[in-house]
This record gives sequence, structure tokens and C-alpha cells, in this order.
Amino acid sequence: MKTRAPIETALLALGLVALLLFPLLGAKFYLQLFAKIMIMAVFAMSLDLLVGYAGLVSFGHAAFFGIGAYMLWWLSPQYAAANFWFSLPAAMAAAALAALAVGLLVLRCSGVYFIMVTLAFAQMFFYFATGSKFFGGSDGVYIYVKPVSGLFNLGDAAQFYYVALTAMAGTYLLLRGLIGTLFGRALLGIRGNEQRMRSLGFSTFGYKLAAFALAGALAGLAGYLDAAQFGFVNPDLFGWRLSGLALMMVILGGMGTLYGPILGAFVLVLLQDTLSDATRHWLLPMGVFIILAVLFLPRGVSGLLKRAEGKNG
Amino acid sequence: MSDSLVFFLIQVLNGVQEGLLLFLVASGLTLVFGIMGVINLAHGSFYMLGAYLAYALTQLTGNLFFAVLLAVPLAVVFGLALEALLFRPLYARDHLYQVLLTYGLILALEEMRSLVFGDDVHGVALPRALDFSIHLTGALSYPAYRLFMSAMCLVIAGGLWLLIQKTRLGMAIRAGASNREMVQSLGIDIAWIYRAVFALGVALAAFAGMIAVPVASVFPGMGNQILIISFVVVVIGGIGSIKGAFLGSLLIGLADTFGQVFAPQLAGMTVYVLMAAVLLWRPAGLFGGNPR
Repeated sequence: MKTRAPIETALLALGLVALLLFPLLGAKFYLQLFAKIMIMAVFAMSLDLLVGYAGLVSFGHAAFFGIGAYMLWWLSPQYAAANFWFSLPAAMAAAALAALAVGLLVLRCSGVYFIMVTLAFAQMFFYFATGSKFFGGSDGVYIYVKPVSGLFNLGDAAQFYYVALTAMAGTYLLLRGLIGTLFGRALLGIRGNEQRMRSLGFSTFGYKLAAFALAGALAGLAGYLDAAQFGFVNPDLFGWRLSGLALMMVILGGMGTLYGPILGAFVLVLLQDTLSDATRHWLLPMGVFIILAVLFLPRGVSGLLKRAEGKNG
Repeated sequence: MSDSLVFFLIQVLNGVQEGLLLFLVASGLTLVFGIMGVINLAHGSFYMLGAYLAYALTQLTGNLFFAVLLAVPLAVVFGLALEALLFRPLYARDHLYQVLLTYGLILALEEMRSLVFGDDVHGVALPRALDFSIHLTGALSYPAYRLFMSAMCLVIAGGLWLLIQKTRLGMAIRAGASNREMVQSLGIDIAWIYRAVFALGVALAAFAGMIAVPVASVFPGMGNQILIISFVVVVIGGIGSIKGAFLGSLLIGLADTFGQVFAPQLAGMTVYVLMAAVLLWRPAGLFGGNPR
């Protein structure tokens, strides 16, 4: 295994410092926008664990994002606040459990079956939420009071920003650490050649299931924070559009790098924000952008960086 | 016959009709994947394209039959242009990129639809010749147009079977599905087969959209709805298997229809529960070979 380039580490540290200092000069609007981006980055990194490391292309990852979001609503008393320290782990656990159950089924498939089946299962959650009166149907539900923690105030834009930044940095460090362990190496081995790993005596199914459940839990974290930020949850959070967007973040940034999905989240959310300000029909240029990126930028932004690095060094 | 038995019969007819229509979309999806190795998320957009073309051309010509005659070639030309521009560079690439490109394509096509036709629901009147119902009992009757739809779908399914089993093109298609390199080295132009299969898939999906318009209307998101159900069909039937797509479509059509009758609250979920059950039993689908 190659050690990471010093330039990469330096850039990451620089990025972190910039994000830490950002609230000193950013207006409230940008704090909210950046918090949203960092939440999406958590979501995209969790998907990168599956796509970039385990080689599992899930097109239904939004299912667990949605579960995290709905859990916050469910655990919030109607006109009072939920306890952050209880509701967050509960939401992540629920998402992990759902991922475990879905994973038991979908991990029996591979390749293109896996893509279709994950999409179909996410859609099942979508229809469940849409059809269920309890979960507010297609109109969705509101969370009137943000969860309280005693330590910080999620209603304050700057404090929420730091919570999102902590979640993003924590997710990065957790996954970065995990990749270095035997577990991470085993996942990479499975992506390379599952048959070989099995004949080496690895229970590949167990490894994949554990990765799927962990990715689900982290997607649940992102969903929880999204619900806490906007106070509104609807079935679209389970939808294929969000799953596809996360997949695009992973690929655009560069899969299997972890910092790539963060870059991807920044690029795509900023682009989405700019385009939707300019026109009601922003999905048209967005779609064209995605098509062009797939055709002409196959290894993502991090691939470009690596190429530039290679030329300079 | 008692009313409840007739009611049951009507639901069976509805389920079969829904399933047969679904087959037209799912068979194209499974063919394109089985032969070209391309997973096309935008396949549902061809269904939507067909429906909107039928709507627009019916407004223009005043007749759904003329509209369909004009719209099928238009849809195929559009599909072939997309194949040349966007799909050809994807043949050799990983499914992941195929998924993403066609995801972008869905967004773009859906928004173009919104630009051209707006976001309202539009209906198309039933063709006058078929605008009647067949009386079954005193209170219950069945619309003739739905029977006509089922009959059309059956004719097309039969034609598809003949095409694939009995013609030279069909032989080449079957050969291409099992061994691409061998077909090429035998001097058969695989690029031409790809184009033919893609055009066939577009024509089938667009035609399904066209004949569905008088009962289903045109509405935003209609393509994605049918795409995801078609995926379920393909997963149940086994990827690349036309026979599987046929059986899967009928199963899903019936499950969905009866789900709506007996458990309206969970209606959207029945087909997915069915899919989960099939996956537990046969992970590669009913007629799937080795999953790739």
C-alpha cells in the first residue's frame, strides 16, 4: 500500500482550517448552505465506502438517509424538543438495522442486479412513507422544535455549522481509519476479486454486510442532520433522485478516496444552488452537466488533481 | 355468474392488461441489457416520450391511430440519435457510468418535457371506435379499449417471439447475447445488431406509452414510475430473459392490481414484497442464468 501523498494531506488540512475559520466571515445564508453541503458530504462518503471500497454500487442509498430523517421526526414530541444525545444514536441505529435487513437480501445479488435491487428497495420505503398516514403521506411532516443537547444550540446557524463540520470530519477520520484496518483491506480485496477472498477463507458476505450496515448508519446520521437543519421531512428523501445525486458526488469527486466525495458534494450542491437560483428548469443544465462529466471526466476531480500532481512531481 | 366472481374476473383482466403493458417496457430493458450489456435508466423516458408524442399528435391529427403511426418512427429516430451520441461511448465502460449518464439523461429529458408541455396532467380521448363497454352483468361491465390494449400487447409479444426465434436477425441477436466476440469473428456486424436492438427497445417502450395514454393520461414523472417497476420485473424474471420478463410482468401486474383492491394502504409496496420473496428463493430471478 502506498502512503498518501504529502500534498494531499496538506490540502486536506488547509481545507479543514478554511472551513473552521469560515463562520468568521461568512454570512448566515452561506453558513446554512455550507452546513447542507457538509451533511451531503457525510452521505456521499458513506456511499463511497460501498462503491469505492467494497465495489457495491448502491442506487438506493437514500433509503437510509430517509430513515435517519424520519427517526428524528418520530422521536420528537410534537411541540417539544427531542434529546440530541438520545435521538441521534437511535436514528443511526435504526438506519443501520434497516441496512442490515435490506443488506441480507440485496447482497445475494451482484453487479447490475445489485444496482436494480437497491433502487427497488429504496423505492419500497418511498411508497411506504407515501402511503402511510402515520408518516404524513406524500406531504411529509414537520419537526417544529429542533433537538436540544445542553452543550450547543442547533437553532444557531454558526453552531449548527460546526456540528455539521464535526460530523463530516468525524466521518472522514472514522472511514479513513477503518480502511487501514484488516476490515478495510478485506473490503478492497473483495472489490478486486471476491472469489479469491473467499478461497482465502474470508466470509465475504459478512464483510459486505458489515460495510452495508455501517454505510447505512452514516447515511442515517446525514439524514438526521438534514431533518434537524430544515425541520421538514418528506418521502422524496428516500427517492432515486437523491440516491443518484450521492452517487454522482462520489464519482465526480473520485471514488475510493473519501475526500473525493467531499469535493463532489461541494461542486454539486453549489452548482445546484447556482442553477436553481438562475432558472426554474435547473434540472436540465444539471442533467447535461452530469452527462458531460461522465463522458469527459471519468476519474473525477481527484483524478484531475492526481494527474496535475504527477506532472509537477 | 355472481357479481363477486365477475368482480374478481375484472381484476384479473386489469392485472393482465397492466402486466402486458409493462412487458413492452421491460422486454426492451432486458434485451438492451442482455445483448448490449448496457443498463439504461432512461428507458422509462422513452415510455414518457411515446405518451407525450401520442398526446401532441392526437391534438394535431385528431386521431390516436394516426398519431401512433407517426409517433413510433419519430421515437425510434430520437432513440437512435441518443444511441449514437451518448450510449456508444458507454458500451465498454462499467455499469456505474452507464447508470450515472442515464441518470443525467433522465433529469434532462424530464425537464425538457416540462419546458415543452408544462407540468399539467393531460388526457387523450378514447378512440371513438373503441369507446364502449362490454356488459358482463347488470351492474358490471368492462371497457373495450382495455381489451384492445391487451390484445395489441399480446400480438406484439407474439411478434417479438417470432422475430427472436425464427428470423436471421433474431438468430444474430441470440448469438450476440451469448458470445459477442464469436459473432463478430463470424462476420456479423455487431454494431448494427446493437442499433437494431436499441431501436426495438425504444419502439416497444414508446408504443406502450402511446397506447396507455387514453387510460393513464400524461403526467410528470410517468417515465420513472414505469422504469422502476420494469426493473422489478427484470429482477424477478432474470436479466436478459424475454420469457422471464413476460412472466414477471404478468406477476407484477396481478400483484399490483390485487394489492390495490385488498390492501390499498400498502398498494405501492406489494410488488416490492413480491420481489423480495423471489430474491430469497432465486437470487438470479426466475429465468436468470449467472448474474453478472
